[in-house]
Amino acid sequence: MRFVDEFRDADKAHALAAKIAALCEPGRQYKLMEVCGGHTHTIYKHGLEDYLPESITLVHGPGCPVCVIPMGRVDDAIHLASQPDVIMTSFGDMMRVPGSGGSFFDANAEGTNIRMVYSPLDSLKIARQNPDKQVVFMAIGFETTAPSTAMTMLRAAAQGLTNFSVFCNHVTIIPAIKAILDSPDLRLDGFIGPGHVSTVIGCRPYEFIARDYGKPVVVAGFEPLDILQSIYLLMLQLSQNRSEVENQYSRVVPWNGNLVALKAIGETMELRPYFEWRGLGFISHSALQVREKYAAMDAERLFEVPGVRVADPKACQCGEVLKGVLKPWECKVFGTACTPETPIGTCMVSPEGACAAYYNFGRMNRNRVAEAEVARS
Amino acid sequence: MSVDHDHQPGWIGDALAEHDKLEAEGRPQLPLADREQQVLDRIDRARRRRPRVREERITMSHGSGGKATHTLIEAIFLDAFRNPLLEPLEDAAQLRVGGSRLALTTDSYVVSPLFFPGGDIGDLAVNGTVNDLSVSGATPLYLSAGFILEEGFPVADLHRIVASMRDAAAAAGVHVVTGDTKVVQKGKADGCYINTAGVGVIDREVNLGVAGAQPGDAIIVSGPIGDHGITIMLARGELDIEADLSSDTAPLNGLVAGLLDTVPGVRAMRDATRGGVATILNEIAKAAEAGVLVSEDKIPVRAEVRGASELLGIDPMYVACEGRLVAVVPGDEADRAVAALRAHPLGEQAAIIGHVRAEQPGIVQLKTAFGGTRIVDLLVGDPLPRIC
Repeated sequence: MRFVDEFRDADKAHALAAKIAALCEPGRQYKLMEVCGGHTHTIYKHGLEDYLPESITLVHGPGCPVCVIPMGRVDDAIHLASQPDVIMTSFGDMMRVPGSGGSFFDANAEGTNIRMVYSPLDSLKIARQNPDKQVVFMAIGFETTAPSTAMTMLRAAAQGLTNFSVFCNHVTIIPAIKAILDSPDLRLDGFIGPGHVSTVIGCRPYEFIARDYGKPVVVAGFEPLDILQSIYLLMLQLSQNRSEVENQYSRVVPWNGNLVALKAIGETMELRPYFEWRGLGFISHSALQVREKYAAMDAERLFEVPGVRVADPKACQCGEVLKGVLKPWECKVFGTACTPETPIGTCMVSPEGACAAYYNFGRMNRNRVAEAEVARS
Repeated sequence: MSVDHDHQPGWIGDALAEHDKLEAEGRPQLPLADREQQVLDRIDRARRRRPRVREERITMSHGSGGKATHTLIEAIFLDAFRNPLLEPLEDAAQLRVGGSRLALTTDSYVVSPLFFPGGDIGDLAVNGTVNDLSVSGATPLYLSAGFILEEGFPVADLHRIVASMRDAAAAAGVHVVTGDTKVVQKGKADGCYINTAGVGVIDREVNLGVAGAQPGDAIIVSGPIGDHGITIMLARGELDIEADLSSDTAPLNGLVAGLLDTVPGVRAMRDATRGGVATILNEIAKAAEAGVLVSEDKIPVRAEVRGASELLGIDPMYVACEGRLVAVVPGDEADRAVAALRAHPLGEQAAIIGHVRAEQPGIVQLKTAFGGTRIVDLLVGDPLPRIC
């Protein structure tokens, strides 16, 4: 398949892997964080770690939009969906995320009407077809999805729709990266920068990481060769004692971002004073809310939202996993009490979650597998 | 803002108890690789535990053909009806009546939309049941048909559906010999649901079952996978994606007969419906207590299916087919089996996709086209409800 297979070429991968291995200083351990959950998914889905030398560890970051939604917000959403005459629309990823009383799927089994949509725009179609209902879109995601929510709001306004609103849970990536950089638990050598987010915000916002923290950043695409090449570029910077922001994904990411998208976000949304992130706690100015001007489309203004903070189950270590302090399998409930079919933590739900990716794709001991294969041949 | 500790459902309580128990046992500080192995072993044990339905109500996941469906079948249906004929959980039960070996199966069809490129609910209902009998080694003979119709359903549509059932039955050489009709009030069903049951005679000396798969056996698919599922998804018109695709719905009895004539030693066959090829591979690994290794670049997938799956974030390995089978055959007969399949129009693109092995019992591994390895587990959740 054109434009896909070129980025999955095993021969090129072998060549890159050799170049990466050659850049490793003997005895040195490297920890590189892929910020974005989409990268985590690609890494496991294609078995990319098989190409890396043992001295390079990929640390999975907080960039999974579903994973960072705290339980209380899921409860709030279900509360909204249980109001009379409400249809909620949501991306499929959210459907199985557990709130304290169950997931959207469980809520539907109890009688709510939460529908899966592929695009927020589908919500407008549903709103037009159901003029006597209020259609609430469960908006989640980083700067990647915020523009599509914003454009949907602008279109609803242009069409004069009065029965569409947004439950806004959009978050922004930079404060989360900063929280991780400031966290004493973790020493990272560099960042594989989020590609999709960067199509919107560009590469400039990462410059402080290279300048103030001395860590290289390479904004990466989502095909396995993109990631492997980004790892090579990071290793090259480290071997030359450079720390810069580089753009591996220049076929999609403009250095200055997408001005139209940023304007749409700015028109409809503004920063919240603070927002709770699952596992990371409250981070100031890290999320978006609907602007006063669009109050008629703000579900939090239209409805009473309980806003009860629900503590994560104490066995759940999603926070440590999201910060990259723990590997998924190091969490105490991983794979036994917490599995994709009965997730306790969000990291086990989303296909971009580190735990789900590891459980679904990587759950095998590579050393043992390698030993067995050597023994057999 | 307050923190609410008591408001937690039962399964979190279970998790906490498990966590406390592990905590009490202490966590020995083993080297990293050994600790990882320890966790993997613990997961293995957890997966072998008796399944239990934790939900209080049925959710869409229970119909997906993935993990929740397996749990539902084993914890509720198998638990209640347990008997030696049901226990193998094959596509059809094998019975002895008088001197004959018979195969019996049933299936319900709720596909939406009712009409789609390449077929409709009618031929699907005939072919699905014919295929469940065929892959059990039986010659399909007689079918029943039960209809649940919604008040207001157009009679013209019913005519169309029944005509295509008649044609499909004729093509497969079976007869619909009994039936039932129920009508429910408007809004209590969605147009038309069909149940078919089928009976066939096993007149060959075959002993098929996924539990019989052995290390060294080859795994074969009879053609490109995922056509039906992606066709249905696009036919719903919700995605604004267009592709020149049609369902692969077809009766497999001719294809199976050709295969069994050439390779009587076939160990097992399954038709890859809900849950796709990935689910069958997992059923093989679990039942045979063996590992399965398949190569991504050997698995036939049409470019249209790959493209749509890529856009939708779906893995074609999990997408339903309605006219494809997966066969397990002894390694040294694999080439003959592929040749036999390719001799039939429905098996022209048959291919060996991998093999059964002793390593990593219970686990299906995929060698990715990129050159890495990963696990292929049972699917959780349901990307495509009401596919058949």
